[in-house]
Amino acid sequence: MSEVIHAGQQDDHHDDHHDHGPDKGLARWLFTTNHKDIGTLYLWFSFAMFLVGGVMALVIRTELFQPGLQFVNPEFFNQMTTNHGLIMVFGAIMPAFVGLANWLVPMQVGAPDMALPRMNNLSFWILPFAFGIMISTLFMEGGGPNFGWTFYAPLSTTYAPDSVTFFIFAVHLMGASSIMGSINIIATILNMRAPGMTLMKMPLFIWTWLITAYLLIAVMPVLAGAVTMMLFDIHFGTSFFNAAGGGDPVMFQHIFWFFGHPEVYIMILPAFGVISHIIPAFARKTLFGYDSMVYAVASIAFLSFIVWAHHMFTVGMPLAGQLFFMYTTMLIAIPTGVKVFNWTATMWRGSMTFETPMLFAIAFVVLFTIGGFSGLMLAITPVDYQYHDTYFVVAHFHYVLVPGALFSIIAAVYFWFPKWTGKMYNETLGKLHFWLSFIGVNITFFPQHFSGLAGMPRRIPDYPLQFADFNMVSSVGAFIFGFSQLFFLYVIIHGIRSGTPAKARAWEGAKGLEWTLPSPAPYHSFTHPPKVTDEEVHA
Amino acid sequence: MANADTDQSVYYVPHSGWYPVVLALGLMLTVTGLASWLNDTKAGEPHTWTQSIIGFAMVAFVLYCWFAKVIAENQQGLANEQLKRSYVWGMGWFIFSEVMFFAAFFGALFYTRSIAVAWLGGEGAKGIVGDYLWPEFDATWPVMSNPDATAFPGPAENMKAPSVSSWYAYLPFWNTAILLFSSVTIHWAHSAIKANNRKKLIGWLLFTVVLGIIFVGLQIEEYVIAYTQMGLTLDSGIYGSTFFLLTGFHGFHVTLGTIILIVQLYRAIKGHFNSQDCFGFEAASWYWHFVDVVWVGLFIFVYVL
Repeated sequence: MSEVIHAGQQDDHHDDHHDHGPDKGLARWLFTTNHKDIGTLYLWFSFAMFLVGGVMALVIRTELFQPGLQFVNPEFFNQMTTNHGLIMVFGAIMPAFVGLANWLVPMQVGAPDMALPRMNNLSFWILPFAFGIMISTLFMEGGGPNFGWTFYAPLSTTYAPDSVTFFIFAVHLMGASSIMGSINIIATILNMRAPGMTLMKMPLFIWTWLITAYLLIAVMPVLAGAVTMMLFDIHFGTSFFNAAGGGDPVMFQHIFWFFGHPEVYIMILPAFGVISHIIPAFARKTLFGYDSMVYAVASIAFLSFIVWAHHMFTVGMPLAGQLFFMYTTMLIAIPTGVKVFNWTATMWRGSMTFETPMLFAIAFVVLFTIGGFSGLMLAITPVDYQYHDTYFVVAHFHYVLVPGALFSIIAAVYFWFPKWTGKMYNETLGKLHFWLSFIGVNITFFPQHFSGLAGMPRRIPDYPLQFADFNMVSSVGAFIFGFSQLFFLYVIIHGIRSGTPAKARAWEGAKGLEWTLPSPAPYHSFTHPPKVTDEEVHA
Repeated sequence: MANADTDQSVYYVPHSGWYPVVLALGLMLTVTGLASWLNDTKAGEPHTWTQSIIGFAMVAFVLYCWFAKVIAENQQGLANEQLKRSYVWGMGWFIFSEVMFFAAFFGALFYTRSIAVAWLGGEGAKGIVGDYLWPEFDATWPVMSNPDATAFPGPAENMKAPSVSSWYAYLPFWNTAILLFSSVTIHWAHSAIKANNRKKLIGWLLFTVVLGIIFVGLQIEEYVIAYTQMGLTLDSGIYGSTFFLLTGFHGFHVTLGTIILIVQLYRAIKGHFNSQDCFGFEAASWYWHFVDVVWVGLFIFVYVL
């Protein structure tokens, strides 16, 4: 091992002759094969989509501010709910995690770059085209997709606007992008680890992304199959989802949710990884129960394949099916509980400080757990008959996705910001952003539990007077939350422009190979594999 | 140990390049052109293929350049053992994604066949709706008469296998034999590479390509018979839907596999492969074995059972 030299010390004098820096100007971003450039592209793209989807959310909340129809017509309202969901899931949350993976996976496993750098660029550049197609449908004759983000047949086939054809191909492109991105991440993790980093020494962000990538490769093709059947039902006269020809619209729901439930975990498992890095760093302790964390993530991934029909309890399934899916769904609470317990135990008697990433991480643990509990309520079949398609469901999945997945992404951005830019953001501004987000998100979504339990259906532009107060509160919260994300943009740009220089190990408690590199990290991470020391693993 | 480290130090990270972004643009042009074409056709308006053809030409051109470049890099010795392992992982997981794509269609077949059609026929507690809407519908597989026989006239005949003794006159049986045999011939081609016997490699590979082409030809023949003589079409209900999408996507994959094998044949003739360095060929042969396995599934569940 004598030839293994620490890459951080090595970069300045040895690698110049075969190193290639970035291209100049726009060409750098169009043609790049560099994992950091591509990670940056993913992150800015996802932020742009987050704002687009956010504007749609605010259109929805404006219409719902008061009962009655005053702002948009119902047809456009349906297009807003549909596109808000699709853009947030496929355009904001998923690409943000892929962006984080691009930035972090090579640095955390001690690799020079992703395993297949050109394909990495292709995975990204498909996305702007796919979302260009999807957003353009809103301006087509007959309007954009209006059938909900779950695009149930026959709403999305027999009764769909013509633009659905474009929507179908946009989904195909996104799927291709996700599959290639996942293959790249798996190949990097399995093939590019520095010597000595065995599987059970990998950082948890790496573990969670390895399993997430596996889920993506397993289910994105199933989604492609579902939209392909739609395409053939619409244009070639097949009857997959048409009972008149011997098919079944309920089958669409089965295929969709076979994709859709693992998809839910695709959006949360990398979040678990992020939180498992941030909490130990600011509690200044090693993560409690590393092995059980790995097994919990693997169990959740396995269970995600056998719970899908809990989205369909009211559709008319045989009793045996309802029981099966109820019990398997409840089982998920066990590995998830293990994780929440371990995060809490990590904080127990730690020397805790509360910088912005830690605030977001703690809020994640608390608020994600609330979303988990409401999920457990929804898992109980007879109770779901009451809650199904109400705002209680909306409150549930927004609690796991906004203060869950999204908070973890924001936490990750603050946590690794010094490593990416070499600058430290302004802590006061960061904390202000946290409190605005934290308050805004709860004002928005907590009242929706109550309106949902009282029976307010989701996806409608108008509602009875009795729900007026909760909706008004919710809309006020949505605007607070929405505008505090513009403030987030300001905090980030302020940090990039006038932040104070950051140390290599920007946080004293942070562990992992990425913190052994200088800040900002060199263009090529580890041209020579680093030595994996015991202090840097199990962070 | 030191050796492995030296190898890793030259893991080849390619320079920036225009292939990916142009490929993405080509894909976008292809699919939006296709979508416009489909919508115009449906609306009975004049339509054109031009945009899709331009897009597809871009895709094909970039793929050609891209693969050529990867091959050239390998020949210059830029690809070390570790990079080659990345390609191996990549191909393996790509095939897994293809397996899951077919799983969606097999799932649709199993679900409609054993659940949806039975309920439409009135079976069990969930059969009441089918009984109410289409009381005369009889649940059989293959579905020869659809619940709404006016909107979806059923096929006159189906592709179900006759008893084993008359398989000699049953086209899918011969297709099965051809494809299974082609898996053996490609294995022999692989053995020839391992023995550094280029002549044998070219011979068996050529033989495999010919078998692939014969298979696709017979599939086309089967489709022509289905459409012209059996009344079995895409719009003849759930049986036709599952039959054509399953066999159609398989046939599409065999076509793709044959093209890949032709490229490998060309490379074999140019002398690219030796017993130590032949992953391009091996990836193609994995793909070929994969389409073969899918066909076995199809033969059992679509034709025989």
